[in-house]
Amino acid sequence: MSDLNQGPGASTAQPKPIEAKPLRHPGRWVAAAIIVALLAWFIISALNNEAYGWDTYRSYLFDTRIATAALHTIALTLLSMILGVVLGAILAVMRMSGNPVMQGVAWLYLWIFRGTPIYVQLVFWGLLGSLYQSINLGFAEIDLQSLLSNMFLLAVIGLGLNEAAYMAEIVRSGIQAVPEGQMEASKALGMNWSMTMRRTILPQAMRIIIPPTGNELISMLKTTSLVVAIPYSLELYGRSMDIAYSLFEPVPMLLVAASWYLVITSILMVGQYYLEKHFEKGSTRTLTARQLAALADAEGAIPGNVTVVPETSKEN
Amino acid sequence: MSQLMIDAQQVCKNYGRLEVLKGIDLQVPKGTVTCLIGPSGSGKSTMLRCVNHLEKVNAGRLYVDGDLIGYRERDGVLYEISEKDAAKQRSDIGMVFQNFNLFPHRTVIENIIEAPIHVKKQPESKARARAMELLEQVGLAHKADAYPVQLSGGQQQRVAIARAVAMEPKLMLFDEPTSALDPELVGEVLRVMKQLADDGMTMLVVTHEMGFAHEVADQVVFMADGVVVEAGTPEQVLDNPKEQRTKDFLSSLL
Repeated sequence: MSDLNQGPGASTAQPKPIEAKPLRHPGRWVAAAIIVALLAWFIISALNNEAYGWDTYRSYLFDTRIATAALHTIALTLLSMILGVVLGAILAVMRMSGNPVMQGVAWLYLWIFRGTPIYVQLVFWGLLGSLYQSINLGFAEIDLQSLLSNMFLLAVIGLGLNEAAYMAEIVRSGIQAVPEGQMEASKALGMNWSMTMRRTILPQAMRIIIPPTGNELISMLKTTSLVVAIPYSLELYGRSMDIAYSLFEPVPMLLVAASWYLVITSILMVGQYYLEKHFEKGSTRTLTARQLAALADAEGAIPGNVTVVPETSKEN
Repeated sequence: MSQLMIDAQQVCKNYGRLEVLKGIDLQVPKGTVTCLIGPSGSGKSTMLRCVNHLEKVNAGRLYVDGDLIGYRERDGVLYEISEKDAAKQRSDIGMVFQNFNLFPHRTVIENIIEAPIHVKKQPESKARARAMELLEQVGLAHKADAYPVQLSGGQQQRVAIARAVAMEPKLMLFDEPTSALDPELVGEVLRVMKQLADDGMTMLVVTHEMGFAHEVADQVVFMADGVVVEAGTPEQVLDNPKEQRTKDFLSSLL
């Protein structure tokens, strides 16, 4: 009988909290020490190396020509990305529609734009002016010369159309990840196909689409350096190199361009974080303050089965 | 004809060579509750999904409130109806799914007002007021601003019922509405369904809840292998089944 009293629940005293010694990781400390030492050696040697041209780096880092070029790069990135996302979404929806003509067109588009290198495409866009001087509509002739000599526009089109092919696949995978039941529930409520896509499927697909799209945006920022192929050279890389060639100092100007790219990428990463947060709506059990208030109001107090997660832990 | 909400005549459905429905006759009078029972794979859910054209009927005719579902018949020739007309037909038929299928990115109240606003073009204030009324009826008014993931299965299913009722359907279809629920949550959903039946809603319910069928149904239809084996009042089918298949099925339940 005395054995039974040893069972769980027999003792009323709280057990002592565990105070174990944490597991040690000496390997990590050794590795960190080695890496820090190597890094310090590299930085010191680079700072003392004349060939890096640190003076030039410093004097051109905040040069207005470079800053303007960075603005051009951002404009190129954003405009071509908007074109890519919109066209990509249209292509994805075309591929998923029941219409075989639409499916065929989307497939052909993807085949061509994913099957050729972006550099080749950009060179081609630059040559478009020599292929088409005007469009003859029969009753009127539209002159394309001014349009096709606008290198910035050609760069946006070239980058955007290429991006659309990749975005189409990202959007499609997002749409396919939304459970079939969502489509059926919308249909059963009398929503038509386009309304279902717009209001039920795409908003849910966004959660899956946003992270890879953020990667595409960052990747686009760097791809803009290829538009010298068109040739358009008022963006960050083109401008830095133009200055570099007249200074005969390519290394510091490359470092200037790299610094700007890094800063812009970092800003974009912060934006991506908040965008992902926004589209997480409805996927976590954490309650918002408003819902908590509604609950407490209805039930007198916060019910026992609801866990209130403190704001600080939301950062993860 | 006008007395019947659902009139299915020799409805057949096959997926390739697999015949799921082999000529189903089913009549559901207006204002009555019909429970479809039977072993899994008997075609009950498929039959239900044919009624709102989530599945295409291969042969036979299926009328809801006198309208042929999914087709238009002129001079003996059938024409497929457009996607828009199919959506119109469905907007009058409510459906409740086994897995609730609430929209996870919308709050409870947004789930309910979604179709009234965008399909029926109701003003938002009216849709909201009606939605709160319905939430009150299913006992979830305090959850209006919660997201579906924060609700229990039973609560989600009650919201799903409210969402379907908000469209003021003339017919409600229930596809095993309690099968995905923990046993202690089944009762709250069945109570809401019974309340709906008491209010005169025409209902077609695929279910394994024999107690519910017994208490609420006007008609019980036992299906097996794609045919209707036996149909009648709950007393006839559940208490005094004539067919051996029905007896076997009922005795296998408990």
